[in-house]
Amino acid sequence: MTATSVAAPIGATRAGSASIQRRRNAADLRLRLYGIAAISAAIGLLGILLVTLIVGGYPAFVQTHIRVDFPVSADYVDPADPAGGNWRNVVRDGVAALLPAVDAPADVRRMTQILTPNTQFFVRDAVLADPGVIGGTLTMDIPAADIFDQLNKGVIRRDTPAENRRVSDQQIGWFDALVARGRVATPFNWGLFFNADSRFPEIAGLSGAIVGTVYALLVCFLISFPTGIAAAVYLEEFAPKNRWTDIIEVNINNLAAVPSIVFGLLGLAVFIQTFGLPRSSPLVGGMVLALMALPTIIIVTRNALKAVPPSIREAAHGMGASPQQVVMHHVLPLSLPGIMTGTIIAFAHVLGETAPLLLIGMNAFITSPPGGVLEASTALPTQIYIWADSPERGFVARTSAGILVLLGVLLVMNSVAIFLRQRFERRW
Amino acid sequence: MSIASDAVAAAPLAMPASAIKMRGRKVSVYYGEKQALFDVDLDIASNQVTSLIGPSGCGKSTFLRCLNRMNDTIPICRVTGEIKLDDLNVYESGIDVVELRARVGMVFQKPNPFPKTIYENVAYGPRIHGMSRSRGELDELVNSSLRRAGLWEEVKDRLAQPGTGLSGGQQQRLCIARAIATSPEVLLMDEPCSALDPIATAIIEELIDELRENFTIVIVTHSMQQAARVSQKTAFFHLGKLIEEGSTESIFTNPQNKKTQDYITGRIG
Repeated sequence: MTATSVAAPIGATRAGSASIQRRRNAADLRLRLYGIAAISAAIGLLGILLVTLIVGGYPAFVQTHIRVDFPVSADYVDPADPAGGNWRNVVRDGVAALLPAVDAPADVRRMTQILTPNTQFFVRDAVLADPGVIGGTLTMDIPAADIFDQLNKGVIRRDTPAENRRVSDQQIGWFDALVARGRVATPFNWGLFFNADSRFPEIAGLSGAIVGTVYALLVCFLISFPTGIAAAVYLEEFAPKNRWTDIIEVNINNLAAVPSIVFGLLGLAVFIQTFGLPRSSPLVGGMVLALMALPTIIIVTRNALKAVPPSIREAAHGMGASPQQVVMHHVLPLSLPGIMTGTIIAFAHVLGETAPLLLIGMNAFITSPPGGVLEASTALPTQIYIWADSPERGFVARTSAGILVLLGVLLVMNSVAIFLRQRFERRW
Repeated sequence: MSIASDAVAAAPLAMPASAIKMRGRKVSVYYGEKQALFDVDLDIASNQVTSLIGPSGCGKSTFLRCLNRMNDTIPICRVTGEIKLDDLNVYESGIDVVELRARVGMVFQKPNPFPKTIYENVAYGPRIHGMSRSRGELDELVNSSLRRAGLWEEVKDRLAQPGTGLSGGQQQRLCIARAIATSPEVLLMDEPCSALDPIATAIIEELIDELRENFTIVIVTHSMQQAARVSQKTAFFHLGKLIEEGSTESIFTNPQNKKTQDYITGRIG
């Protein structure tokens, strides 16, 4: 501003200078407006994405439950062998007791459809955990079947003609009667985090995917972190600068830009076909992700090492420290915050990778969390992919909810990286 | 008259061999193809301060860094000739550089304390050279090193604070304490005061004079006044060649070489 006002009187002596100045100022203003427009567009799109996800995913964070009192009769469940009980009958009696008006066997069967088809297994597991209840009554909150869950959430509209919806007027009447009796509640859906995948959306959760992702990232970390740092330290501190190290450097940079599906193919061909490692396992997933994280980790580690001023190395050498001591006592500890930050960002990147995991089969349908790195499993992004492909209405919301969980994890990881950078960054 | 001045110039060379701590013979240094130092013959007298002076790029720092093989860290650097520390041939293959640098310590131009505590800075050398058997011994060593560097009174209450938090002059004295903690025989100083204010410089110069009692000191300096104040012997370098050496007094009052005279009177530099 000052520069312009100082320059103006000098320029004013020249013919046409006023119009030149006007045009220049207009160009400045336009450039600024372009920038603001671009940023607004970016923020707007991000906002639309987030709002869509939250609106679409919100219903999946709550779940309709129905409170049922199951009479666990000793006629159906032998206390000596509870596992072999007739759980179907226990559920039927529990449902029949809900509404006294409903007692025809066919009606009871249709009313049982309000509950998730897995109800008998929930009841069985609860009784097995507490056999003392046999002969008494077991009260449980059972997830409502998907269509009733959607009905309760207003996704399935009541004004749809009866022949176009999968729930009959009779069933809606029963459901409303249950609501009137205070049997229906819509609490927070912890099952989303603690259940494994299921064919039935009302009981499908992310625990298998979360555990699989944790295992895969653990394998990825154990492989890529030490390897990446070792490679970077060698290249930066010890390797001679010649044509070979140049070629290696160029290749590492190129590797960071290789499409992820190529790494998936490599994992399939090498880790699964050649080495015979188990398909769909977090071990193979982690190894493939490690290949993807490695170039990034090497690059950020080299930059962090470069940022340590040479005077520190000189001081250590001057004290008689060996090259190994210079690196281990001084250079590496000083560059660790930078390395950690870069590694977390690399991990946030591979956390969302889907394509390589699809190729090595981590998109399998697995109904229990993996017990180890060798067991078949899914991961968060592949679970989202599976759900996005499923036809049931409940999976629409769960897909968005899964994406929100993934974004949440990414946000946390990036926040930690930013925190580390702010907290430990050293200025020389 | 001319006989007398010859005698003055010849005096350092005539010193008894036992008083010579380090001896350079035909030392040449090449950075890649470029030769930076040409056949330098220079003796460093024991328990004296030898200052290396000369214009920028004259090779004085290069020579200094040959004395503890700090040039080894530059991959393209090549040294020929012979440098001896007492009877040890510094550039002989099989020499343990780590051991050499424990005997020939170094203080750099810019104060470069490690970003660790004051205590850890001084304790680092003794630690890596395994010089103390117990915590008490190490404490004693840190204490005495800081005292000899004239820093103890200023930092005794904050040994656990980072060394980088000290003032520039204090940092440089911390670096000196760090260097003498390993009890070196020779102390190399590469323009140790060029980043300091005049008061801090005066303190360091005083310190150098005290340290002379226990150490042989070689100092590179840009300041001729500093060379005159602190050193007993002076060597003048120009364009990679040793032009003249001798007692500081004779170099500054009665230089034999025209270039030396031009430099100390400010005509080249």
